[in-house]
Amino acid sequence: MSAHASSASRSEQDEKLPITETPVRRMVREFMASPLAVSGLVVLSVLSLLAIFGPFIVPQNPYDLMQLDIMDSQLEPGAQSVAGMTYWLGTDDQGRDMLSGIIYGLRTSLGVGVISALVAALIGTSIGIYAAYAGGRTENLIMRVIDLQLSFPTILVALMILAFMGRGVMNVILALIIVEWSTYARTARGVALVERRKEYIEAAESLVIPRWRVLFKHLLPNCLPPLIVIATVQVGRSITLEATLSFLGLGVPITEPSLGLLISNGYQYMLSGKYWISLYPGIMLLVIIVAINLVGDQLRDVVNPRRQA
Amino acid sequence: MTTWLAQRLVQSVFVVLVMTAIVFVGVNVIGDPVSILISPDANQQERARIVAEFGLDQPLWSQYLSFLKGTLQGNFGNSFVYGMPALQVILSRMPATMELAIAAILLSVLIGVPLGLYAGLRPHSFFAKFMMAGSILGFSVPLFWLALILIMFFSVYLGWLPASGRGQTVDFLGIGWSFFTWDGLSHLCLPVLTLSIFKISLIMRMVRAGVREVLPQEYIKFARAKGLSRQRLLYVHVLKNIMIPVVTIIGLEFGSLIAFSVVTESIFSWPGMGKLIIDSINVLDRPMIVAYLMIIVFIFVTINLIVDILYTTLDPRVRLSRD
Amino acid sequence: MMTRTLLVFASLLMSGAASAQNLKMGLGGQITSLDPHYHSASPNAAFSYTIFDRLTGTDENARLQPALATSWKMIDPLTWEFKLREGVKFHNGEDFTAEDVVFTFERIPKVTNSPGPYTSYLRGIERTEIVDPLTLRIRTSEPVPTLPLMLQRITILDSKTHANVTTEDFNSGKALIGTGPFKYVSGSSISGVKLARNDQHWGEKAAWETVDYRVVANNAARTAALLSGDVDMIDQVSSADVPRLSTNNAFEVVNATGLRLMYINLDHSRKENPVFITDASGKPLAKNPLTDVRVRQALSLAIDRKALAERVMDGLAVPSMQFMPPDTYGYAADIAAPAADPAKARALLAEAGYPQGFQITLHGSNDRFPNDARVLQAIGQMWTRIGVKTNVDAMPYGPFQSRASKQEFAAFLGTWGSAGEPGIGMTNTLATFDKEKGTGSINRGRYSNPAYDVALAAAVSEIDDTKREQAFQQVMRDVLNDMPILPLYIQKNTWALKKSIAFKGRADELTLPQEAKPSP
Repeated sequence: MSAHASSASRSEQDEKLPITETPVRRMVREFMASPLAVSGLVVLSVLSLLAIFGPFIVPQNPYDLMQLDIMDSQLEPGAQSVAGMTYWLGTDDQGRDMLSGIIYGLRTSLGVGVISALVAALIGTSIGIYAAYAGGRTENLIMRVIDLQLSFPTILVALMILAFMGRGVMNVILALIIVEWSTYARTARGVALVERRKEYIEAAESLVIPRWRVLFKHLLPNCLPPLIVIATVQVGRSITLEATLSFLGLGVPITEPSLGLLISNGYQYMLSGKYWISLYPGIMLLVIIVAINLVGDQLRDVVNPRRQA
Repeated sequence: MTTWLAQRLVQSVFVVLVMTAIVFVGVNVIGDPVSILISPDANQQERARIVAEFGLDQPLWSQYLSFLKGTLQGNFGNSFVYGMPALQVILSRMPATMELAIAAILLSVLIGVPLGLYAGLRPHSFFAKFMMAGSILGFSVPLFWLALILIMFFSVYLGWLPASGRGQTVDFLGIGWSFFTWDGLSHLCLPVLTLSIFKISLIMRMVRAGVREVLPQEYIKFARAKGLSRQRLLYVHVLKNIMIPVVTIIGLEFGSLIAFSVVTESIFSWPGMGKLIIDSINVLDRPMIVAYLMIIVFIFVTINLIVDILYTTLDPRVRLSRD
Repeated sequence: MMTRTLLVFASLLMSGAASAQNLKMGLGGQITSLDPHYHSASPNAAFSYTIFDRLTGTDENARLQPALATSWKMIDPLTWEFKLREGVKFHNGEDFTAEDVVFTFERIPKVTNSPGPYTSYLRGIERTEIVDPLTLRIRTSEPVPTLPLMLQRITILDSKTHANVTTEDFNSGKALIGTGPFKYVSGSSISGVKLARNDQHWGEKAAWETVDYRVVANNAARTAALLSGDVDMIDQVSSADVPRLSTNNAFEVVNATGLRLMYINLDHSRKENPVFITDASGKPLAKNPLTDVRVRQALSLAIDRKALAERVMDGLAVPSMQFMPPDTYGYAADIAAPAADPAKARALLAEAGYPQGFQITLHGSNDRFPNDARVLQAIGQMWTRIGVKTNVDAMPYGPFQSRASKQEFAAFLGTWGSAGEPGIGMTNTLATFDKEKGTGSINRGRYSNPAYDVALAAAVSEIDDTKREQAFQQVMRDVLNDMPILPLYIQKNTWALKKSIAFKGRADELTLPQEAKPSP
């Protein structure tokens, strides 16, 4: 396994490699070395395209009540609708075409996962870097808050928040951001602390460059790689959490089902053999999370060469 | 150590204060428990009487103050639904949840550690690679979906294992446990398996990483050169070194197991506190929600404490202070 | 420890050889208290009826039957006389007398902190008089013709045994001593309760020596428990599981039309500036369209009640346009559920001045009633088809109920479950909201129709049973012409049982082990 080669210590590698290879190139090369990770990336890209262009290719808009017909409900995969359309993956309890429902659900799930992870990353990173830079009491206070939040299980916090705010896509995103920012903040602070002591920051500071410039121009770019790894894994976690909350009846609205809500709707039909309502969205959910985790796993090894693949 | 402990305690009290205040405001925003619980046969006067009995006619701050006063006397308030002290209701359900969490941790360690050792010692074997790829799957599969699939397969399709409930319990130390009966064990199987899959993957990866890190180090090489048997090397040196991350994980994951019981207990109708909190949120039983959160804080503080203390015993270099 | 384990295994072997005389029940409703007077909710009531008896009872169609009282009559409009059954004994050997009834009536208001007190059923009672140990007179402050029906909710305790017991004594099982068909053996509301037959019971003896009374709240889990043999019978079968269970030869599915009407509640509280209603393009409307009876009729005609009952409820509902189901007291045979007529609905909308329709949000719960969220979406489809673009918002019952009580919605899925007569339902849901009079307590749309209030008040206080029923039917016909709410369907109650058990099912949602028998 070539990953074994990359596990050699950094200094050794630097000596062997030609000077021209940039860190980004090195990461790309090492990432590509794992066929599993690459296939994960391919699946992820295909699914993302599907989510983005879904509305143009699906046979039905599953979020429009006008297009659903209750007389077409609970049809088996391959069945024909009253209007002559074929439901390749069957229909759910509202007469919603499962194929369209899954693609739209994927849109909602991915959208919620990516947006919440990005916003949380933005907020968390800013706070974390600021804490590292500010030091002293401010840093101490921020770290206390982060410790507190991290010691609580995300599912419970999100559950409470949604119970208070009610269901809705924006509310889910907000709840996810609230429970996730602290992970980024802690990592960002950790990395920033290390970077801060390095010479280039000291040099920048001695040149009387404004504080914010040092923060964002110099500190941030150097903190990015580990944060990207976390963000990737967090997208997967967000999607799972959203699905779980929707399954518990606290997530997205019932007329705009995400993958989790589709599974939840189909759950009650599983015992009577109508497996397709729950099974297919479940498989889609599993595939996307596995793909994200494969990518994240390899990214982690690539970014942090001390860890063994 | 004492200052550190005191600091922890002050912190926890602060968390409890903030949290209970949030819950009071939050529940007040969502609505009025009386309109959910009351029988529709009741008329206006009866409704007003109940509102007054629960103290819900008082302004919110005064309700909160009387709650704080009660808490100082060890009384967390009576559940609106059960009419019993909220703490008592929750504690009566706690053994069921604990049993599930302990069983899941045990299973995860019993399976995860040997698999991780194997994968770490023979990283290039087919089985090791297979298990590593499988662990990604174990990481990824959403808990609730796994539970559904397990029920479909083992309970409905094969009919081997029961899908719900706790089965027969036997009193031991005054608490009912299902560990001791065949019926109870069979009811434990599916929920424990559901909860363990993620933890098994996690522990396996931690152990594997630990082994891979330890093996190339000097003292292992030295021990090997000294002619220590492979067995002894494995058990004494390698295992000892991977204990710290494993203990941490067990501690942290024990907390998450209790939290995720919210999901598993709903699906498997397990009569524990996770299911109770969902029911309580649904009917806005505020004293129950508050008491549950306070217990959770307590459990988490305790777990973190134990983990930190274990840390020092396992690795004297770690001192009980941060920063 | 070793002996302990051995004992455990021995007891296990014994329990494995369970006799056919044991009935294992899996119930859907969560029992919140074992105190029979703590919280008036059907799961609690059903459990209490296994251990305790009441003065009166009801048959499967919710019609009155004698129980601990053998007969009753109205002596004058303010006085009822009850003759009590002779020779009835409590499980601990104490005699049942009029003293116990008086004691019970006095205890009920003393049960505090109850979220749903039983005092509702004693409403109007001024005092009780013991004529002799087996004769009791009840005086009321105003005529209460439904008193015998109300009293079927009140389980009778023993004045000696229960003199100082608390709710906790019931929950621990210590105070669970009644005159009922079963005795308490062990367990709690969490772990499930073990019951044993009361061989001294005055009525027909129960068919089971012992009963395991267990709550399995999750629908799928309950069905799975029946399929795997964990339990012998379940109630509240999820409509999704009915096809599977009824095609399985080992099980039988039993239905009974219930007493719970599901309806759409409409906002009458705002004449202007309606909430959750806009014109077709999303701009605010000055006038509330729901105040126009033609709009309400259009919304009603748009709904395909048959499709709701058959497709959404999977056959577990009966389309209805009135409060009471067939064969019950107060049912009017001539009020039929209309067929859907979208064309006429559109015409009515145009006539009312909304040829382009309008937009509305339909609210409801998603976790309380069978298929509630699915029904909401189906109605959303049907309304959207006549031009009333509907957004559906389903939420957990808690926040939903609170917001509905504060008139925050334009239209929502409401419900009323009756006790076997329509008077209370019609008073609480449609009479003018009036705190002084205590009327309209769940009139969440704030409908107000003075003519209806007067006619209903007269009907409620009519003493003659037949005349009262006719009066109710007339009031119902009149008010439904005005379409204040849109009745949808009446739920069917369902049970599923092993073929070896016979059970008839009941209109009220109760599952009573004394009514299950081994199959002949």
